[in-house]
Amino acid sequence: MGIQGERFIRPSAERVEDAALLSGGGRYIDDLGVRPGTLHAAIVRSPHAHADLLSVDKAAALSLPGVAAVITGADLVGVTAGLVPALRVSVDARAIAVDRVRYVGEPVAIVVAADRYRAEDGADLVNVRYRSRPAVVDPEAALGEGAPVLHEDAGSNLMSDRRFRYGDPDAAFAAAAHSLAVTVRYPRNTGSPMECYGVVAEYDPHEDAYDVLANFQGPFSIHAVMARALKVPGNRLRLRTPPDSGGSFGVKQGVAPYAVLIGAAARIVGRPVKWVEDRLEHLAGSVSATNRVTTLTAAFDGEGRVTALDWDQLEDCGAYLRAPEPATLYRMHGNMTGAYAIPHVRIRNRVVLTNKLPTGLVRGFGGPQVYYPLERLMQRIARHLGLDPLEVIRRNLIPADAFPYRTATGALYDSGDYQRALDDAARHGGLADLLDRRDAARAAGRLYGIGFTAAVEPSVSNMGYITAVLTPAERAKAGPKNGAQSTATVTLDPVGTVTVQVASVPQGQGHRTVLAGIVADVLGIPAAQVRVTTDLDTAKDAWSIASGNYSSRFAAAVAGVAHLAATRLRDKLARIAGAQLNIRAEDLVFGGGRVSSRTNPDASLPFARVAATSHWSPGLVPDDVGAAIRETAFWTPPELTAPDAEDHVASSLCHGFIFDFCGVEVDRATGKLRIDRYVTMHDCGVILHPGMVEGQVRGGFVQALGAAVYEELVYGEDGAFLSGTLADYLLPTATEVPDLRILHVESPSPFTPLGAKGVGEGNCMSTPVCLANAVADALDLDNVDLPLTPAKLRALVAEADEPPPPAGHRSAAPAAKAGDRTLRGAGATVVTASPEAVWALLLDPDVLASVIPGAHGVNKLSDTHFTADVTLGVGPVKGRYAADITLSDLDPPRGATLTGTVSGGLGDGGGTGRVTLEPDGTGGTRIGYTYEAAVGGKVAAVGGRLLDGAARVVIGGFFAALARRAGGADRTGPLRRLLAPLLALMGIKS
Amino acid sequence: MKPAAFDYIRAAHLDEALAALQASGGDARILAGGQSLMPMLNMRLTRPAVLVDIMRLGALAEPRIEKGALVVPAGVRQAALLDRATLVDEAPLLALALPWVGHAQTRARGTPCGSVAHADPSAETPLCLLALEGEVRLRSKKRARAVKAADFFTGMMVTAKAEDEMVEAIALPLRRPGTGYGFAEVARRHGDYAIVACAAVVDGRGIRLAVGGVADRPTARDLPLLDGSALDDALNALAWDLGAGEDVHATARYRRDLVRHLGRQVIEEAMRCRN
Amino acid sequence: MPKLSAAIRHSVAFTLNGVPRTVEVEPRTLLTDALRHGLGMTGTHVGCEHGVCGACTVAIDGAMARACLTLAVAAEGCDLRTVESLAPAPGRLGVLQAAFKRHHALQCGFCTAGILMSLDTYLRRHPNPSREDLTLVIGGHLCRCTGYAPIVAAALDAAAELRGTSEHPEDAAHA
Repeated sequence: MGIQGERFIRPSAERVEDAALLSGGGRYIDDLGVRPGTLHAAIVRSPHAHADLLSVDKAAALSLPGVAAVITGADLVGVTAGLVPALRVSVDARAIAVDRVRYVGEPVAIVVAADRYRAEDGADLVNVRYRSRPAVVDPEAALGEGAPVLHEDAGSNLMSDRRFRYGDPDAAFAAAAHSLAVTVRYPRNTGSPMECYGVVAEYDPHEDAYDVLANFQGPFSIHAVMARALKVPGNRLRLRTPPDSGGSFGVKQGVAPYAVLIGAAARIVGRPVKWVEDRLEHLAGSVSATNRVTTLTAAFDGEGRVTALDWDQLEDCGAYLRAPEPATLYRMHGNMTGAYAIPHVRIRNRVVLTNKLPTGLVRGFGGPQVYYPLERLMQRIARHLGLDPLEVIRRNLIPADAFPYRTATGALYDSGDYQRALDDAARHGGLADLLDRRDAARAAGRLYGIGFTAAVEPSVSNMGYITAVLTPAERAKAGPKNGAQSTATVTLDPVGTVTVQVASVPQGQGHRTVLAGIVADVLGIPAAQVRVTTDLDTAKDAWSIASGNYSSRFAAAVAGVAHLAATRLRDKLARIAGAQLNIRAEDLVFGGGRVSSRTNPDASLPFARVAATSHWSPGLVPDDVGAAIRETAFWTPPELTAPDAEDHVASSLCHGFIFDFCGVEVDRATGKLRIDRYVTMHDCGVILHPGMVEGQVRGGFVQALGAAVYEELVYGEDGAFLSGTLADYLLPTATEVPDLRILHVESPSPFTPLGAKGVGEGNCMSTPVCLANAVADALDLDNVDLPLTPAKLRALVAEADEPPPPAGHRSAAPAAKAGDRTLRGAGATVVTASPEAVWALLLDPDVLASVIPGAHGVNKLSDTHFTADVTLGVGPVKGRYAADITLSDLDPPRGATLTGTVSGGLGDGGGTGRVTLEPDGTGGTRIGYTYEAAVGGKVAAVGGRLLDGAARVVIGGFFAALARRAGGADRTGPLRRLLAPLLALMGIKS
Repeated sequence: MKPAAFDYIRAAHLDEALAALQASGGDARILAGGQSLMPMLNMRLTRPAVLVDIMRLGALAEPRIEKGALVVPAGVRQAALLDRATLVDEAPLLALALPWVGHAQTRARGTPCGSVAHADPSAETPLCLLALEGEVRLRSKKRARAVKAADFFTGMMVTAKAEDEMVEAIALPLRRPGTGYGFAEVARRHGDYAIVACAAVVDGRGIRLAVGGVADRPTARDLPLLDGSALDDALNALAWDLGAGEDVHATARYRRDLVRHLGRQVIEEAMRCRN
Repeated sequence: MPKLSAAIRHSVAFTLNGVPRTVEVEPRTLLTDALRHGLGMTGTHVGCEHGVCGACTVAIDGAMARACLTLAVAAEGCDLRTVESLAPAPGRLGVLQAAFKRHHALQCGFCTAGILMSLDTYLRRHPNPSREDLTLVIGGHLCRCTGYAPIVAAALDAAAELRGTSEHPEDAAHA
């Protein structure tokens, strides 16, 4: 038996997905109808990075017509549990805050209403009281003595601390001629798909079962986590995905907590509930890649040959550890030596929590964080030894004859010829010309550099790799976990056409097109006769924990298992046809829509007739064949074994190779980075669809360009989130994208059915560091962290110190540390009133209470403590806030501290001022003051560009009103004079 | 991310719009192209009681030349102005700057007057208006007045416009013989709000340099005809005077660097095209 | 005109893809929501609702517009076109759409409707665009999948075809 003209490469096959998507006919989650009576949710989120949740007042929201319910974390305690991580820690990883918030954007309440507009109206009226706590955002600071602890039950912010040793690194370091270390602070970014999250959920109380439609992307191991969080067995959480999804890049794994939240909300209101995330929610509250602090040390000889690596990785997973984290840290464990033959490795992996968005899957998943230090280090070694960086890379590459190659840390690299890829790339990518361009640019005094990166791109994750976070003893107790079960189902209908169903949950990659071609080729029929469905229903479709769209597993695993299922079905059909034609199955071929004798073309049957036989004429089917109607195949590669007792981890099945080089120029005056040329060489095994591979490479490259130059999820030192809009979190556009040269060599994988390997994530791993290496070359730098913003590069370029301000210039505010958003001011003035008179004014609670601007009502809690509802604004940006003002450290009549906070829908602000009063010797008072203030929440997140001015105006508004009141009718009262310089400092005209 | 509720008036006559502004007691907003106001409404950063849509007012739809000025009424869209064949002769500085305003998609809706009313300190149109010493024509039910650009912008998104007034038009002095113009900006990406934008107007008597994106409002400085180190010193003084701040896109130092660099660049450009 | 009260829904009439339509909306209803949920025209997508991403771009009276920055009530009497108007017939693709398909200029397809509408609107008025012109137009959109290069290539190809200078003459009458 055979296949005629079997071919899986269709160079120009247009996608079956496209016609609908180009015509407005896509079926994304928000395009699908919902049941009559479905309600819509909006989520109230924390403006605080860290605070106790004191109370949630629902009354005003509930009084709004159309609002059906306001659901808090406390309401959900009974019906939900936490989303357990991959390691046992005392962290309550619920999807909604119960008594404490730990990051800006954390859900605090769900408002369910007749439509989204009304739900947002209700959310505005939910009155949440917080008591703020100190926040910690830096992972190293979070480990320090006295750092705020996010989860007291866990004892500290350190969730995991594991050490690994492979070979004899101590001896290798002791014997090495040279040693060098790099320290890298890898920043936060995210995939930012164009479609945000969506969930439609329903609860059936009669069967205690949930039906949840979500644009979830897998892995479906998370299904078990979601079911557990909803407190139902797995078969009572029916999770469905829509036919189309607007991109994911890993991020839509993170819809899982919201699927739990909306499911629980539907249970409480007894109606279906729909929630479509908006972009502000997405940036603040979906998923971030981890930020990581890595110190990587190499032992190497005088030729640049590396003998040992020492990794110290500090992984920051944000405020909660949620499944599958800390997988980002372990996904690369088998390939921590990259493309290099390095026998000795030491690793310390620590996981820490901070007051930031919890982390999860983002394209590249762990790769960028590893290759950045590794490839920076290779460049540093070359620089240290005065060698060509490309030569240092070449000397360390795994030899071509060493495959399959077992790495020190346990991966089995399937195939490759890295030297050939390097040589081909240099030749066909025009490296010699690029070197000439650098020479010419430098001769002209321009800042031009070249960067190189070699990287191994892992794909098809071993579901067991995450257990490397456990000790071998803990793993032994829990039982081994491993594999990458993939599945596909091929079904024949009564007229002999073919339907394929897979659990790959594509997010735009064109799986349906590729699978139709593969199955059609196996069955010898036109691709148009094969229809592929990829929307998944966990109650009806075949799936496993490994199902989903991640770890670039489609081409290597899913396409292969579809081929397997089709082949099995074909083998059955061959026996059915053979029985009818009286020919041995082995002598039949499938092609041209017929099943024919290999030797006698006249002996043949139409494929459709053979395919329909089991439906219409089961009597014609040989007894031992069984029904040839539907074939579901499962496949898991034997190479993906569980981590062993020595912590060897076969973390991935396939290992593609990437070699990138680029030339960049940095503008001396503006610091802007121009990419002159970028060449990326890929070996992803057998290419199933060249057009789609190119699409993956180009798309990944531009995301990586974003991560390298434009994008960062920025948090202030106080935990305020500062990248809340797409005007702050900057995705590259067409005008930012340089020309990209893509090259390929092909080393088929011996481990996958079709010889293919993953290709979708490689540039996210290689490109950021390649650009950084080029910038380091251009600017002659030892260290540079991402993102490569113009301001950062300009600071690195600036040859001389800044020209000082001209003589007599009012000194600018002292330079703040990066991330410190505190507004500070100080000053002094003299007033004619006595210290006692000023003191009386300051201490008069009625005076203070009555000057709160826009106050709708003042509540006096004590002589020194007030609360009020106020309306504050800058220009058109007005919002209603709850204000809380206290006087403390009273030292009559010499000094007092004024502390005020405001919080509301637009965010929160706080300030403290110390006022000192001294007699001026002539009956008046010399008044000194210092203040500091900061604002956070929505204003900080969406108006970062306008923040300073807004803060000054908001705070100033309070003081201006205070001054007006103190000034009385003639506007010259002592407090007025006290405040005038303060207001001037803040830019407020008196 | 949906706006809070508001009433809506599609004004058929200017008087109707002005009456609505007056009647609302300060709680009405003019809706023109919507490219600044609508994002703020969607984010609920602003929640007026009434929106007054002025885009159907024929009287505000066409630019005109009037007493040595290009008058751009409130209903004129950025794209229409950019498409005006005579713009480069009438207001060359605006012709240089308008392509930097957002993208084609936002220019097709947004209005120069709306940008001026919004008073974002990084915006290009207010910067040009200030550099050219133009004026903002305000109208309320009770009166009409013209405010010099230098007096109009009073802070971060704060202007001299009273709550019952609307920006009826902006007026930009026409190109003067012997005068050169220069414009440049640096943004993270093309189409983004400028980190720093500079506009220069140079004639036989001196230099007028306007800077956006640094202080809380566009700021202009008149300088004598300087070059060399004297110009460096003047630009350095201006860079420090503007009190640059930090945000996620740029440091204060970077902004000062750009004032010194772009300032010189636009002045030299203006001097070149003067000759 | 009388004030449209925030408290109730109002009927808005416009021409949508050549057909007169009416929809009931509140004054605050965004055009995106009116099209998608009021009229079932779900081809126009919502990506950011602050005017940056461009997924919701439609044509209003022949000009590009972010539907998320447009009130439905402000579209009264306007001529609206959305992505659903581009195909010359059900099951066929227009020139621009076909070029996108040939060039793999889309993956997830979520941003695509907006980009198509910008290009369609632009090419009607600018039949001889340069690569730079088209890059600037596409620069008003965010696409997270393709890396933009195939979109620019498709746009150039479509422009050539619409001028009658391309190798793909089918459907040349329709942009």
